[in-house]
Amino acid sequence: MLSNIGEILVFLILASSFLIIYNAYLDIKIRNQIVKKTIYNLSLFQITFTILSFFTLIIGFIHSDFSLINVYENSHTAKPLFYKIAGTWGNHEGSLLLWINILVLFSFLFLIFNFRHNKKFRLCTLIFQNILIIGFVVFLLLNSNPFSSIYPVPLEGLGLNPILQDPALAIHPPLLYVGFVGCSIYFSAAMASMFSEYKGKEFALSIKSWVQISWCFQTLGITVGSIWAYYELGWGGFWFWDPVENASLLPWFAITALMHSVMVLEKRNTLYAWVIILCLLTFILSVTGTFLVRSGILNSVHTFASDPSRGIYILLFLGMMIFASLIIFFNKHKKESYNFNLKTRETFILVNNWFMAFFLVTVLVGTLYPIFLDVITDVKISVGPPFYNIVIIPLIVPFIILMTVGPQFKWINSQDIKFNKNIFVFFGAVIINLFIYYFFGSYSILTNLIFIVAIFLILQCFLDAKKSFSKNKKFEYPRIISHLGFGLLVLSIGINHQYSLEVDFNLKVGENKKVNNYEIFFENIKIEQNKNYKSVIGNFKLTDLKKNSVQYLDPEIRVYSDPETLTYEAAIKSRITSDFYLTMSNVSRSEYYNIKFQNKPFMIWIWISAFIIASGGFVQLVLKKNEN
Amino acid sequence: MRLKKIIIIYFFLFSSLCADENNLELNEIYKNLRCLICQGQSIADSNSDFASTVKLVVQDQIREGKSKEEIYDFLISKYGEWIVYQPALTKNNLLLWSLPYVVLILGGFVVFFIVRRKKA
Amino acid sequence: MKISIFKIIIFSFVIFFLLVFWLGLKKNNNYDTNNIIGNKISNFQLSSIYNNKSISEEVLKKNKFTLINFFASWCAPCRTEHKYLLNLSNKNDDVKILGINFKDKKNNAISFLNELGNPYDFVAEDTEGKASIFFGIYGIPESVLVDSELVIIKKIVGPIDLEQYEAILQLTQ
Repeated sequence: MLSNIGEILVFLILASSFLIIYNAYLDIKIRNQIVKKTIYNLSLFQITFTILSFFTLIIGFIHSDFSLINVYENSHTAKPLFYKIAGTWGNHEGSLLLWINILVLFSFLFLIFNFRHNKKFRLCTLIFQNILIIGFVVFLLLNSNPFSSIYPVPLEGLGLNPILQDPALAIHPPLLYVGFVGCSIYFSAAMASMFSEYKGKEFALSIKSWVQISWCFQTLGITVGSIWAYYELGWGGFWFWDPVENASLLPWFAITALMHSVMVLEKRNTLYAWVIILCLLTFILSVTGTFLVRSGILNSVHTFASDPSRGIYILLFLGMMIFASLIIFFNKHKKESYNFNLKTRETFILVNNWFMAFFLVTVLVGTLYPIFLDVITDVKISVGPPFYNIVIIPLIVPFIILMTVGPQFKWINSQDIKFNKNIFVFFGAVIINLFIYYFFGSYSILTNLIFIVAIFLILQCFLDAKKSFSKNKKFEYPRIISHLGFGLLVLSIGINHQYSLEVDFNLKVGENKKVNNYEIFFENIKIEQNKNYKSVIGNFKLTDLKKNSVQYLDPEIRVYSDPETLTYEAAIKSRITSDFYLTMSNVSRSEYYNIKFQNKPFMIWIWISAFIIASGGFVQLVLKKNEN
Repeated sequence: MRLKKIIIIYFFLFSSLCADENNLELNEIYKNLRCLICQGQSIADSNSDFASTVKLVVQDQIREGKSKEEIYDFLISKYGEWIVYQPALTKNNLLLWSLPYVVLILGGFVVFFIVRRKKA
Repeated sequence: MKISIFKIIIFSFVIFFLLVFWLGLKKNNNYDTNNIIGNKISNFQLSSIYNNKSISEEVLKKNKFTLINFFASWCAPCRTEHKYLLNLSNKNDDVKILGINFKDKKNNAISFLNELGNPYDFVAEDTEGKASIFFGIYGIPESVLVDSELVIIKKIVGPIDLEQYEAILQLTQ
């Protein structure tokens, strides 16, 4: 029955999309500034059907209704309630329904909140967004239907994968999808803008908040994903330049560039073509990312169970989107004149975009190159962390300097700024760096530069904050907060990378291992039987010989019976200064266990700084709301 | 006697530094090698049988005094280029390494020309 | 829309990208090290499981073909391929079989061979598994077929089945 209800609701979404397009098309012809009530009502129906369909699926999961294939494949009666619910979007079909929900939600909200803007523009946006919705709903119905049923109804589900039962993993997809899918609305708005010739500052104002929202959630989504990887996957890292991770980072670069360029469009009514290109590019990158992740074309630890037929659909959709946007862009594009004065904020924003383009292309090429090489020459290569680190890290140095100096300039008119104060701050950063170098251990020239510029950015942000506070320039706060967060992030990652201790060794119960000033004693092994797994727990005593302190770390090996899997739970002690990280795995046919011990300084500051970056964006939204 | 103490202390400091460097280098090598049977993990991060065997071989070769590059070349000759995460600078990979910089330079030109253009 | 060379280039790039993606979907994703065919095996150190005598390159070069088979007593799929190994050792005198006992105990290996039959002309031990790396092995059972110059002419990942067995016969006629 749920299957029928769900499918009917999905068909209703499809029907309402067609009706909306039809009515919007008719209403555009009526030359007034009032959008017909029918269209509002249809949108309201559409969002209602969409949310109801999602609830239908959630109910299916909560009640373990195995007549739905999706519930059968991805859930289990023994799953805790929270994870049953999270299981709704933790699979391909369910997450696709979540995509559609966000597409429809943003369509509705954009229509409602942009009432001050041009009618034709709003209606065109609605039409384009609904074309996207139809595309996704058709894909869902034809290929990935979460409501398809199975008869006879199985008694128990298959979905008890323990790795997927984790709080961070539960909220990571919804956060990320608001980012990924949220950018659909300004893709549609960009198409509409070209069609209805609604350009310039007005257009910038119409999409500004939406860009901001998708940026905030994309940042949060990526952060939470990294946190999950660190705490759950047991390797002690938080970013591997894995293709799926890169797929979420590519739109982030584009949205960041767009967020900055929209400011220029708003303030100076220039860079319109570039803003349009970025709007189109961001959602195109999102869909490309979805293609890479769900089609099975890539080899990754993150991929959903893959299915080439999905890949063909998404590729078709992607192709149509790209061709449509190119054709309309080339048709409507008019040459712009630029009038940038050199020493202005907008010039530096242009520079930011330049660097964002570089970072984006690096990650894009690194991710796609193995595919291209394999298809064209049949040679398989791997592109991993070393490539990205070598190419990106050196450029971070000039990037941060420009990021620190840029906001000192004002809009429009060239300003000769006296850099005395800034040079003073820079030297402060150099001194602090020397301090770290001397007391904590030496490092390469590049690392020196990274530390110096990151500290420079942090210090300058504090000074900027003081100035803005005293002059009550509230609108500077978001920028200061996010830039500060970025400086702190680079510094934390730098310190973490430089001073991390990682040792890999084999140990038997009762044995001792000395590593630098730490002593690790393998006390004993305990075996516990839990509800659905057997746990092999190692008790380790970690002694810090310098500080004479003792910690106890208990990594686990979990043996699940249904499905038969093995997971390794790391023992992690997170502290302000550093984390202790211990994992244990058994060496087959031996009494020995393979132990990986890590001391990771400033780990928690990496998460804190990422959240600070995102919070800057949220402060911006709150400020704008209060402004209105 | 005091001189002996100083020499001994220096020796320990030096050897502990060496031990650190050895460990650092081992880790760096492990991180650059791909686990062939895993879905996207390095030898350093993988708990698989294959990973532990490769670690033993790498340790042996380090003890024999082989350099990083020699170890990578050895493994590439046995398993192909896929096993190393840092793509080699070969004709095949020229485009991979140069494209980002090409874009950087082109972007620089674009920024330069936009900022230079003055209203007529 | 005016047609310009710039626009043609952009459209061509897009079509090229989509084409590569589509072709990429059809490709086999799993890496199978078959590209090592044509390489020479070299600098390995093996010793016989029976008497610790070394089995060197010279010993193998005396054979027209050598099938190097990695196995272990604890490996279940190794049992299913065993009959093909026995057939090979009986049928074709040109092909000598070197069995390398991977991460195993000598007694267990000997009982395994006593139970299922011994197809091997030589049996080497590899208790730590390190020798497998020198042959480009990453799991068991896995086999490598080399000629008298020790050049790899075939690699079999997983147990040898009928199809692989006939391919080996073909290659070693």
